[in-house]
Amino acid sequence: MAEAEENIRFHEMFHIEGGNFMSAGAISSRVKNILKKAGFPGQIIRRTSIAAFEAEMNVICYANQGNLSLFIAPNFLKVVVKDEGIGIPDVNLAMREGYSTATEKIRELGFGAGMGLSNIKKNTDEMILTSESGQGTHLEFVIYLDNQKKE
Amino acid sequence: MKLREIRDILTAEVITGDADLEKEIKYGFAADLLSDVLALARGSGAQTLLITGIIHPQVIYAGNIFDLGAIIFVRGKRPTEATLQLAIENQIPLLVAPYIMFETCGRLYQHGLSPSIAKVKNG
Repeated sequence: MAEAEENIRFHEMFHIEGGNFMSAGAISSRVKNILKKAGFPGQIIRRTSIAAFEAEMNVICYANQGNLSLFIAPNFLKVVVKDEGIGIPDVNLAMREGYSTATEKIRELGFGAGMGLSNIKKNTDEMILTSESGQGTHLEFVIYLDNQKKE
Repeated sequence: MKLREIRDILTAEVITGDADLEKEIKYGFAADLLSDVLALARGSGAQTLLITGIIHPQVIYAGNIFDLGAIIFVRGKRPTEATLQLAIENQIPLLVAPYIMFETCGRLYQHGLSPSIAKVKNG
């Protein structure tokens, strides 16, 4: 995982309210607008925003509250999402495409297909997911700016 | 094709007042699951039309992430005021078509609109 905290040129943290479905996507939209204003390439913005959107949805759908932090460094973008909530009992199982514990309410809104975590992995260069059942979840992902191998 | 032609082919109503109807749209993507939009939408977002029955504000946030060219709601569904305002803020044109999703897609495909992604890997 990309370190070198001293290289961080920009950092902003956003609060995410669990269960607030109506504003779902608002924070990743803000992330996108920050990256767009900063002039990053479209593909970098898209990958980061998609991963941020999925992560934001996960907090809204499954946690009580959380926060999403965006870090911009010269060579990478990093997003850290920490939440307090039920957590993920089996991280490996949750990473599997199609596996979902979504409620009817979540599905009604067009989410909960069990694609979120794998979509984050697909769109990022590094991803770390840890969770303590009953406590919360910690997700970090990195997108390198000099390595655009991914779609 | 131009957004104006899409409107005419579908006898759709443009509900975001000052939408740019001369905008060029080349691709279409139809889904009622935002998870699928986030996982599968590809190509040039600005030239892509999302065809959907989801009328919640989240569809606009998702659309904004892809810089979508326009969103068309099928089955005559009208979005909430919050969705409409958000679309106007993000300059995403919204249309309402009277047809079901199958018919909406079929008419646009027949007139030459291409899929934003034709086939999924391992699909």
